[in-house]
Amino acid sequence: MSGSAVSDLLLSVDGVTIDYSGFKALDNFSMTLNRGETRVVIGPNGAGKSTLCDTIIGRVRPSEGRVIFKGEEIQRLPEQAIVARGICRKFQAPGVLPTLSVRDNLALAARRDRRWWKSFGTGIPADETLAIEEALESVGLTQRATVEAGTLAHGEKQWLEIAMVMATGAELLLLDEPTAGMGPAETSRTAQLIHGLGTSRTVLVIDHDMSFVEQLAAPVTVMHQGKFLKQGSIADVRADPEVAAVYLGHTA
Amino acid sequence: MPDLSRLNPAKPFLPWVLLALGIAAPFALSAYDLNLLARFMAMGILALGLVLIWGHGGILSLGQGVFFGLGGYAIALHMKLADLPQGEIPDFMVWSGRESLPFWWEPFASPAFTIAAILIVPTLVGALFSWAVFHRRVGGTYFALITQALALAFSTLIISRQDVTGGFNGLTDFYSIFGIGLASPGTGSMLYWVTLAILCAAFVGLRWLLASRFGILLRAARDGENRVRFLGYSPTPFKVVAFAIAAMLAGISGALFTLHAGVVSPALIGVVPSIEMVVWVAIGGRYSLAGAIVGALLVNLARDAVSSAFPELWLYLMGALFIFVVTLLPRGLAGLIKGKAA
Amino acid sequence: MDALFLNQLFNGASLASLYLLAALGLALSFGLMRVINMAHGEMLMLGGYLAWMTLLVVPGALGIVLAIPVAFIGAAAMGGLIQSTLIRRLSARPLDTLLATWGVSLILQQAARDLFGAIGVEVRAPDWLTGSFMIAGVTLPSARLFIILIAALVLGGLALLLLKTRIGLLVRAVNQDRMMASAVGIDVKRVDFTVFCLGSGVAGLAGVMLALLGPVTPNVGQSYIIPAFLVVVMGGLGSIVGTTASAIILGLFAALAQIFVDVSVAQMLLLVFVILFIQVRPQGVIAVKSRQLDA
Repeated sequence: MSGSAVSDLLLSVDGVTIDYSGFKALDNFSMTLNRGETRVVIGPNGAGKSTLCDTIIGRVRPSEGRVIFKGEEIQRLPEQAIVARGICRKFQAPGVLPTLSVRDNLALAARRDRRWWKSFGTGIPADETLAIEEALESVGLTQRATVEAGTLAHGEKQWLEIAMVMATGAELLLLDEPTAGMGPAETSRTAQLIHGLGTSRTVLVIDHDMSFVEQLAAPVTVMHQGKFLKQGSIADVRADPEVAAVYLGHTA
Repeated sequence: MPDLSRLNPAKPFLPWVLLALGIAAPFALSAYDLNLLARFMAMGILALGLVLIWGHGGILSLGQGVFFGLGGYAIALHMKLADLPQGEIPDFMVWSGRESLPFWWEPFASPAFTIAAILIVPTLVGALFSWAVFHRRVGGTYFALITQALALAFSTLIISRQDVTGGFNGLTDFYSIFGIGLASPGTGSMLYWVTLAILCAAFVGLRWLLASRFGILLRAARDGENRVRFLGYSPTPFKVVAFAIAAMLAGISGALFTLHAGVVSPALIGVVPSIEMVVWVAIGGRYSLAGAIVGALLVNLARDAVSSAFPELWLYLMGALFIFVVTLLPRGLAGLIKGKAA
Repeated sequence: MDALFLNQLFNGASLASLYLLAALGLALSFGLMRVINMAHGEMLMLGGYLAWMTLLVVPGALGIVLAIPVAFIGAAAMGGLIQSTLIRRLSARPLDTLLATWGVSLILQQAARDLFGAIGVEVRAPDWLTGSFMIAGVTLPSARLFIILIAALVLGGLALLLLKTRIGLLVRAVNQDRMMASAVGIDVKRVDFTVFCLGSGVAGLAGVMLALLGPVTPNVGQSYIIPAFLVVVMGGLGSIVGTTASAIILGLFAALAQIFVDVSVAQMLLLVFVILFIQVRPQGVIAVKSRQLDA
């Protein structure tokens, strides 16, 4: 959070294996993320990208390996405890809460004290109000703050969820296909949004829209069949024959 | 879909009408009708709890009769003991061959203990039961089925323990409550006012609760339990607290009902009555507090009118009501009113 | 004590068979559609009355043999009617389905009361079913043995159907991934309908068995359906193996508990047992690992 953004280690996924009764969605997979970094993970369908997110956020439990966040092993913690340590995820299908207003969606995300006995009230602290307004502003939903989230257009739902993830104040943001179902203009805007975070947050983006990945201009990790394949700039990765064989060749 | 969940502060119209009618009733109705109305209002308190858990929490309980029964039997135990001459035991125990009071009856001689039991026992049972299920992330249809099994087990247990519970006939023949004769003039209307006051308090309290952050989180957990979890909240305590509050309201409801009706029995709390409680709320509108009160009043009025004359017709009507409301009117009567206003 | 234990063990096995027959249909359609038909107990009742009527027309052993297909077809038809007119319309709302089908259950029970009387009717079972065997000092009533046999046959038949036939393949496909099955051109609605009819038919068979044990009353299904619901809760989503295992566990538990306590306490203990079981295995006896999480 402080200005002195040194490139120290934030997250390390260390030899993780996820076994779906015989099918290894992640196979001895390792990667690291530094504080303030934006990283894109790509790979063909079934490469284990979403499973990687699932593992970090605690939705699936690895049979082997460790997930270390800020020096602490988190792979056995309950989901809400992982979130409390500063990781938040945007799901592939928009996960907004449909019958709550856009503002209430953000208010839940921006809430710092999430213990149930502190929920018997309506007041929102000033810093949270500020965070909510900023989040609304950043995704251009200020005008629609009182609308029920379920009535938003698909792209707006995606943005709302990105805004929710940002409003949690989490240090590490996992964005699983943030541009799914978006047109080119919306995609660009999403890329700008992520760019706008600068080095204030660490972001892990999963996507297979290559034009979007290029706009992000961030280092790329390529996965294949649950394993680490390559890492480098988008140009490096594109030029890599191995990557082309498993992935880019198919989509080009 | 229009806003299902938010109470609309711009149109607090129906509650005021209901309140005015409630205040006018003692001056317009006969003692018999007033007693009937008071019973239905007591049931309305239970219905409010169902709005909280079912409408806003997405938790369908087919076992509210259990908590209703816990409250009802608690006050019945007290009234049975209060009317008893020193050293005697209730007549049904004598007939069953018992010679002494069961130990767990004894504390109910105290009015303070009884009131505490009415408030605490259903709440605690509700909290423990729902926690045991919810903390393992079992919910939805599974939870509804388990609550129905609870209703069956509870009512069967009461029926089979004839010698200490009054069995199938339940407990009846009460003469006084906290030293006030139930038959004396003025008692009926006094109990009516007490019921109205508690109903209003429950209404106002829940209205506040549903508008608070707790209410927002409860609806959020209903619509996306995992999303709530991944925002860093544990949904379990919200659901458990809501269920415990609904259980407490059901207990209070059962105690007041028993006062007015002068009887509590397994026939009022088993599987069938428990699910009937859900239909009150389904008809009134599961998202609307005022609607639930209206639903409880209407269904029970209809039951009173139809079932005494044509008991077999009532079950057909009940069945048809379930099907009709759920398929064609999922928001109940309240939805109908809101639909027109919009 | 030993004889009592063996006797209750045998009773438990026949109780488990009834639970299984009542729960199989529930579990199959719950796996597919995530809905429970609260009128499923009335499929048992219907099967019982159909058996009674069949035996009125054709008494004796032939009557029993005939009653089985009659009850199966009758209950399957009723189930199909409920599924196509009501449940299909509510498929995305499982809790509302519970309530609407409960309405159907009330109507069917009252209709039975009006048609056949509230007291119930007695089936005159043929002599070879009213007798009993003596094995190791334990009396085994033939009717209960017959029930266990039928349950085993039904289970075997269902397993064959699901594993070896094209219908079974379709059912398994829809069970695993509804969207994908629909995307590859499987008529998901027809699979739902077929499974629902099949499950209701099996419940009708259970009704025939109930008729052999005692009088058929309008609410005969109610005493078996709530334990059957618990079997589904404990069995794990849409798994036949899980359902069978949990029916056996609960049937034996209920019968053996009655050695020590009376029926009503046994019922409470059954519920407590299921809740305790959930603490250990919330996903049921057999867990189907799935990547879809949000219901």
